[in-house]
Amino acid sequence: MPVLLGISIAVFLMMHMVPGDPAKMMLGELAVNKEAVENLRHQLGLDDPIAVQYWRFLTRALHGDLGRSVLENQPVARMLWQVLPSTIELTLTGLGIAVFLGVLLGVTAAVRHRTWLDNASMVVALWGVSMPTFWMGLLLIFLFSLKLGWLPATGQGGLLRLLMPAFTLGYVAAAVIARLVRSSMLEVLRQEYVRTARAKGLADRLVIYRHAFKNALIPVVTVLGLQFGALLGGTVVIETIFSRPGVGRLAVTSILNKDFLVTQGTVLMSAVFYTLVNIIVDFSYAFLDPRIRYD
Amino acid sequence: MRRLRRNRGAMIGLYLVVLLVAVAVFADRLTTYDPVKMAPGSGLQAPGREHLLGTDLLGRDVLSRLIHGARISLRVGLVSVGIAAILGTTLGLLAGYFGRWADLLIMRFIDLLLAFPNVLLALAIIAILGPNIFNLMIAVGISATPGYARLVRGSVLAAKANTYVEAATAVGVPDGLIIWRHILPNVLAPVIVLSTLGMAGAILTAAALSFLGLGVQPPTAEWGVMLADGRNYLRIAWWITTFPGMAIMVTVLAINMLGDGLRDVLDPRLRT
Repeated sequence: MPVLLGISIAVFLMMHMVPGDPAKMMLGELAVNKEAVENLRHQLGLDDPIAVQYWRFLTRALHGDLGRSVLENQPVARMLWQVLPSTIELTLTGLGIAVFLGVLLGVTAAVRHRTWLDNASMVVALWGVSMPTFWMGLLLIFLFSLKLGWLPATGQGGLLRLLMPAFTLGYVAAAVIARLVRSSMLEVLRQEYVRTARAKGLADRLVIYRHAFKNALIPVVTVLGLQFGALLGGTVVIETIFSRPGVGRLAVTSILNKDFLVTQGTVLMSAVFYTLVNIIVDFSYAFLDPRIRYD
Repeated sequence: MRRLRRNRGAMIGLYLVVLLVAVAVFADRLTTYDPVKMAPGSGLQAPGREHLLGTDLLGRDVLSRLIHGARISLRVGLVSVGIAAILGTTLGLLAGYFGRWADLLIMRFIDLLLAFPNVLLALAIIAILGPNIFNLMIAVGISATPGYARLVRGSVLAAKANTYVEAATAVGVPDGLIIWRHILPNVLAPVIVLSTLGMAGAILTAAALSFLGLGVQPPTAEWGVMLADGRNYLRIAWWITTFPGMAIMVTVLAINMLGDGLRDVLDPRLRT
C-alpha cells in the first residue's frame, strides 16, 4: 500500500518537473497574451501550492479522473481504458509463450546435460537475450508477412494478429527463463531426494516430473514478476512496430506529442499494474514453497 | 585471468569487444563517406563496390554510419552504466554500512524506482527531460541504478560481518578508511560482472528508445535510429535495417559472452 502511494507521488512529481509552463504550452500561439496564460493557470489550479495540487490529483485519480488529453481532447482515463485490453492480451500471451518455451528449453537442456542438446539450447538462450526486440519484430514481419504472406503484420484482433507480437515480446523472457530453469533443474537433480527416488526404482520420467520439476520451478516464479515488468516495457516497442493499440504505444506517442497528462496516465497505470502483479507473485511464492509459509 | 582464458566463449566475446572498441575509436579513419551528409542522388543503393553495405534513403553510406554508430552505442553504454554503477554503489554503500535510517530511506527510494518497469522509468525520465542523447544516458543510467544499489548493499552487509571489520571499528579506524580498504574490494567483483552485463542491456535499451524516436535524434548515426529509418523500406531496401540490427546483436552477444565468462570466474555464486 505505501508503495502505491509512493508511486502516485513519484508520477505526479515527474510530470510537474517538466520544464516549461503547461498553460503556455496548451495555449500555444495564444500564449503571447499574458492575461490568457494567467487565466488558464488559475483555471487549472496551477497557482496553488504543490501539496494541494497533489491532493487534487490523487483524489481525482481515485475517482477515475486522470485529466484530459490535449491532443485528442478525450479524458485520459477513457483512452487508457480503451487500449488496456489489447495490452493485457499481448502481455499475457507473451508471458505464456515465454514460460512455455523457456521451461521447455530449460528442462530439455538440464535433462540432456552435457550433450549437444544442452549446448545448443544454451546457445539459443544466449542469442535470445542478445537479439534486440525491435529487430526481431521487423525480421518476423519481413519473413512472415512480406515474403511469405502468412501472417498479418499490423493491427489487433484475432489469433493470427497476436502470434508475431506475442512471440517477439516473449522470446527474451523465454531465454532468461530457460537459463534459470536449466540451472535450477541441475541443482535439484543433484539433491539427495532425487537419488533416493531413483534408488527406489522409480521410472526416470516420474522422478523428473514429480520430484525435480516442481521444486525447480520455485525460483522461476520469483523471476516471473520481474519478467512481467520487462514485458510491460517491451510493449512500448512491440506495439509500435506492429501498430497495435496499447498502453505502451500510447506512452510513446504521448511523449512525442508532448501530451503530458496521457504520459502521466500511462506511467501511473503501468506502475500500479506492475506492483499488483508483483504482490500476487509474492503471495503465490509463499503458496508454492511450504518452507516459506511459516516465516 | 587464466581461468578466463579457458572459457572459450568469454575469449571470443573479449576479442569482439576489443575489435568493437578499436572500430569505435578509429571511426574517422575507417570511414570513407561522411555519415551525416546527404547525397540524394545516390539513395537506396544496394550493397556494391562503391558502398559496401549500400546507402539509405538520403544517400548516406550505411557502412560509415554503422561504424560511427559503434562509437555512439559504446559511449552511451559506458556512460549509462557508469552513472548506474557510481550512483548505485554509493547508495548501496551508504545503506549497507551506516544502516538504520540511511538503510531505510535509501532502500525505500530504491524500492520506489523498482516499482516501475525498467523501460518505462527511462521513458518517463526522457518525457521530463526531452529526447536527446544526453538525457538518454541519464535515463538509462537511473533506471539501472537499483540493481547496483541492492547488489552493493548485500555485499557490504556480508563484508561487514567479518570480524576484521569489527576489529577495525573497535580500534578506531575511521569509517572512510574501513570502507576503502576492507569493504570496497569485496564489493568490486560483483559490480564488475553486473557492469559488463549491464552494458549489454544499456545498449539494447538505448537503441530501442532511439528507435522509437525518444533517444538519439536523427541525423545522428545510431543503430536504433538507422533501424527506424529503414523500417518503411523493408521490402525494397533490406540492407538499411539488417546491418544495424546485426551490429546491435553481435555487440550485445559479445558483451554477454564476456560478462558470462567474467561472472563464472569472479563470482561462482552468481552463475546461472
